[in-house]
Amino acid sequence: MKCWRRRRTRGRVLESPGTRLKHEGLTALHPVVLVPGIVTGGLELWEGRPCSEGLFRKRLWGGSFAEIFKRPMCWLEHLSLHNETGLDPPGIRVRAVPGLVAADYFAPGYFVWAVLIENLAKIGYEGKNLHMAAYDWRLSFQNTEIRDQALSRLKSKIELMYVTNGYKKVVVVPHSMGVIYFLHFLKWVESPPPMGGGGGPGWCAKHIKAIMNIGPAFLGVPKAVSNIFSAESKEVAFIRAMAPSVLDSEILGLQTLEHLMRVSRTWDSTISLLPKGGETIWGNLDWSPEDGHGCDFVKKGQPSMSDNNLNSSNGRSCFQVKDPVKYGRMISFGKAASQLPSSQLPTHDSKEFLHTSASTNFNSSCGEVWTEYDEMSRESIRKISENKAYTARTLFDLLRSVAPKMMRRAENHFSHGISENLDDPKYAHYKYWSNPLETKLPDAPDMEIYCLYGVGIPTERAYVYKLAPSDKCKNIPFRIDSSADGDAGSGLKSGVYFVDGDESVPVLSAGFMCAKGWRGRTRFNPSGMATYIREYRHKRPASLLEGRGTESGAHVDIMGNVALIEDILRVAAGATGAEIGGDRIYSDIIRMSERINLRI
Amino acid sequence: MSFLRRRKATERPHAEPHDIDTETDDVHDKKKTKPRPKLRPKRWSCVDTCYWLIGCIFSAWWFLLFLFSAMPASFPQYVTEAITGPLPDPPGVKLKKEGLTAMHPVVFVPGIVTGGLELWEGHQCAEGLFRKRLWGGTFGELYKRPLCWAEHMSLDNETGLDPSGIRVRPVSGLVAADYFAPGYFVWAVLIANLARIGYEEKTMYMAAYDWRLSFQNTEVRDQTLSRIKSNIELLVATNGGNKVVVIPHSMGVLYFLHFMKWVEAPAPMGGGGGSDWCAKHIKAVMNIGAPFLGVPKAVAGLFSIEAKDIAVARAFAPGVLDKDVFGLQTLRHMMRMTRTWDSTMSMIPKGGDTIWGSLDWSPEGYFNCSAKRLKNNDINTADKNGNGSLESTKRVNYGRIISFGKDIAEIHSHEIERVDFRMLIVLQGAAKGNNLTNATKCDVWTEYQEMGIEGVKSVADYKVYTAGSILDLLRYVAPKLMARGDAHFSYGIADNLDDPKYDHYKYWSNPLETKLPNAPDMEIYTMYGVGVPTERAYVYKLTPAAECYIPFQIDTSAEGGSEGSCLKGGVFSVDGDETVPVLSSGFMCAKGWRGKTRFNPSGIRTYIREYDHAPPANLLEGRGTQSGAHVDIMGNFALIEDIIRVAAGATGEDLGGDRVYSDIFKWSEKINLQL
Repeated sequence: MKCWRRRRTRGRVLESPGTRLKHEGLTALHPVVLVPGIVTGGLELWEGRPCSEGLFRKRLWGGSFAEIFKRPMCWLEHLSLHNETGLDPPGIRVRAVPGLVAADYFAPGYFVWAVLIENLAKIGYEGKNLHMAAYDWRLSFQNTEIRDQALSRLKSKIELMYVTNGYKKVVVVPHSMGVIYFLHFLKWVESPPPMGGGGGPGWCAKHIKAIMNIGPAFLGVPKAVSNIFSAESKEVAFIRAMAPSVLDSEILGLQTLEHLMRVSRTWDSTISLLPKGGETIWGNLDWSPEDGHGCDFVKKGQPSMSDNNLNSSNGRSCFQVKDPVKYGRMISFGKAASQLPSSQLPTHDSKEFLHTSASTNFNSSCGEVWTEYDEMSRESIRKISENKAYTARTLFDLLRSVAPKMMRRAENHFSHGISENLDDPKYAHYKYWSNPLETKLPDAPDMEIYCLYGVGIPTERAYVYKLAPSDKCKNIPFRIDSSADGDAGSGLKSGVYFVDGDESVPVLSAGFMCAKGWRGRTRFNPSGMATYIREYRHKRPASLLEGRGTESGAHVDIMGNVALIEDILRVAAGATGAEIGGDRIYSDIIRMSERINLRI
Repeated sequence: MSFLRRRKATERPHAEPHDIDTETDDVHDKKKTKPRPKLRPKRWSCVDTCYWLIGCIFSAWWFLLFLFSAMPASFPQYVTEAITGPLPDPPGVKLKKEGLTAMHPVVFVPGIVTGGLELWEGHQCAEGLFRKRLWGGTFGELYKRPLCWAEHMSLDNETGLDPSGIRVRPVSGLVAADYFAPGYFVWAVLIANLARIGYEEKTMYMAAYDWRLSFQNTEVRDQTLSRIKSNIELLVATNGGNKVVVIPHSMGVLYFLHFMKWVEAPAPMGGGGGSDWCAKHIKAVMNIGAPFLGVPKAVAGLFSIEAKDIAVARAFAPGVLDKDVFGLQTLRHMMRMTRTWDSTMSMIPKGGDTIWGSLDWSPEGYFNCSAKRLKNNDINTADKNGNGSLESTKRVNYGRIISFGKDIAEIHSHEIERVDFRMLIVLQGAAKGNNLTNATKCDVWTEYQEMGIEGVKSVADYKVYTAGSILDLLRYVAPKLMARGDAHFSYGIADNLDDPKYDHYKYWSNPLETKLPNAPDMEIYTMYGVGVPTERAYVYKLTPAAECYIPFQIDTSAEGGSEGSCLKGGVFSVDGDETVPVLSSGFMCAKGWRGKTRFNPSGIRTYIREYDHAPPANLLEGRGTQSGAHVDIMGNFALIEDIIRVAAGATGEDLGGDRVYSDIFKWSEKINLQL
């Protein structure tokens, strides 16, 4: 009976939001620009080495990924960028796929933008007022302009759509890393050439109606840290726990993780996702803005995380009894180090091992896979692990020592601090443009900024590491300690501390700027443009037939969330943030933001 | 073993019920527990063989598939090289070794039919096809739901724009026309070769447009012209100020001609780029297979939607096309669909009798059609033509683009009795009403049903049509189409180009009614294949059953007498690239625009590059690297080399100026056009 009723209600819901809103009389008004995030955009080959024969203009990234299996080494070689410049290696040109096909489906059947595009089409959108701003997501943002003129093309495209659609401003819909890419664009377009696009100070006010950020990674994601540090994130750590031999034993004759690490370390864009704002935002050794909320979100019911916790029903008590989880310690060596009070932690100066590293590289000649770890001595590796706990600030010292080349390259392109004085002329440099804490929003009082993101999924926030056992030459010396499991309610599972978020981006990163940093007239938002927070509570699909669900809050699956699609359609058809209902908040983002002591 | 066979035997009655007696025996046997050994071989031969066969076929198929997918991508190339010896380097590789690199951004303008179209909004029957290709690709939907497909591909009969509730839009980007169908390249070879010397997405742009619409309507509906303008400006700006090289193909040539006028015309009708836009942004226009003056094929296409290909099919297998296979009246559906496409009218022959010849005269005069002779000693034939000493060749009246009956096509004009059907148009107005009842009988409605038998007869009685009178004919048989078409295209020759009426967009795609832009540094190339017989004039007949049918069809029984005759299967052919006659693609560059003429006031330099057709030496070569056919020429190495050189900065002189194999200069001289 119950089942029946649910199906019937579902039946009504099944009408797509596009069709429903079309019956309401909505039609296409503002042109829409989609900005895809990292990883989801397709890349195709334009010039390659002999081993890539026959792959001209075929997708290397996205699509069926068939080439990984056929010729893995060749594939890896072509996806890497140059280790010094962060641009093409000689003789290889891999470029972003242009047009809507770039990111409508990531792999066959795995939609990214396709559902949104289809619903937009229902109310009258088509090629002339819908544009996918595809870019090579491996490059640093400014390099997409230097190599491909991607920013200039986006500027010209927006101007064209503005003119050909009866002088209607565009609605921009960036997703994930696309959010900070577009932030970079906002600064670039108004800056004078040669560094900027020369659009003049009124460009954004003239051309942009609203920016609807989906799953925005404004302040970075902790996941990026573990990715760079040891090329593993939750997924990999889980696999290692389940089947310890798979990843370690080099089946297939290739050292999977090491190869992945080597390739992904040439991608500058990953640096843009490192946590920004240091300890002020992400917490220090003893404090974090999420304190006490770890249990709170568990209470909201995440069977996937810790099933037994649901039954204990007594969620609120847990944060009175126990010490709060120290999320501020983003990387700690050993479970104990993640929980001790800070007075008991050894206090090595993190600068120290910067000098010791790279001095003795006796290991570098061995192993076919070369990662920068081989250049580090055992000594410095041990020192790193002795230091026990790293916060969002000391993390950078750590990364600088384990990946010196990458950080040197990337720090010319990205900055992760908080600005004291935004009028300092140094902030005219492009490396600050993608950091919302070091730029001012453009002078466009009528523009609107939305933060649209899912909540209710455990999201990686901090990691417990251990030294990898092997003494062999090769190998990433650190890995997530997947044996570290916390008590029920502590948010620690398999070496990863979780908080509320959308599976990739913690609520803090997605919501803080809209909740506090830009709310009202602040120094980051001098013209006082309106910001809106729209949260979408995650609901897993009721049955397998539903696929990835129409009410999902997960980082990518949210693109099929009907409520989110409806919001975007309404705004594209002319509604304002107030008309779609202003803020809609389920998480504790407001309280968390209040705890952050940032001068605004 | 025996047990297994027994089990199979008990299953047999399902497969072969007439074997039931033996089966009952069998059951008895079972009870006796001792099977009769005699029966075994029989059973084996019958069903088991069948199973075995199926098994073998499937495993062999599976094995072949496995081999195929395991085959390295370059395998076909090895085979080809093993048979024919090493292939020459593709031009891109060769020129890269010479040190050429990407310089001028390149803009491609695809022609009619070759661009992909995808669905953005459709009726119920098109469920699930959102953003799938309706045109191009595999054409899977054409077979699955043909009527639905035809409905979505049609445009509105009155406006020439979208029908209500249907939005079909061009695919954008290079994928729009790199391959027309899987494995059938259009631009792909050229793109791949350009990429070798450093071109990529940011320096190449495919100006895809909806080729079904009239040119101005692409701007009205999709703002396509504005987008092209903005993209060219962007290409120039982001590539250090290097002007673009534009490469239009087929109808794209006319489209780009229209664009060049549009972009400099003032704002409401034009793009408002100012009078020096072309000079500032365009280095060269390299027209491939250009139908500047239209193609006779378009006439046959509009008149009875058959071109040579269909006529040949009808001759070989007369039953196929006439007998409504698949339960659908193929040709008439096609006709109803294609007649809503305004763009087809841009290809109707332009310039009337002056260019295409009158009843007794045509510029090609005595052309020898024997393809072999033409190929082997083209210089000789040229000489002979000049002397007029080809007695063996029959006199061909190419000027008579449509004639009813073979004799009519050949006799002298004095002997033809013509009844002027134009008078009948008035009378027919009444007659049309009477025949409306017929229309309901036929499930496919074409305008012919409205004409009535009287009208059809009177068309046939006029006997012969030249390029000038063909327009009247089309206006009579397809009034709606032509009413729309006349608003968007014009086919005449301008007497005075400064007449303000020529500011209207309908003249912009006709090179005989527009001036080229004021851009003395620009270059115009016309590059086309020669040596392939190309349709030039048709012999028609009335279809026997006049009700519910397209009343006219090409008379495939009309054959020329001698071997070298130009008349084959009801079609007179001349030299060309299989679709466009040399006259149409070459005349403007050979004479109309050569030097400073009234059509080319700033004296833009023009170059003719002809490519002599050589069919592929063997099957493995695919469509050949020396082809001169209309679409296959896009894979011609010589043509690709020319394009790459110009894109890398060369001028027409550097290439070697004109390269002519045909008689285009001679024919152009015969055309009496005020310059």
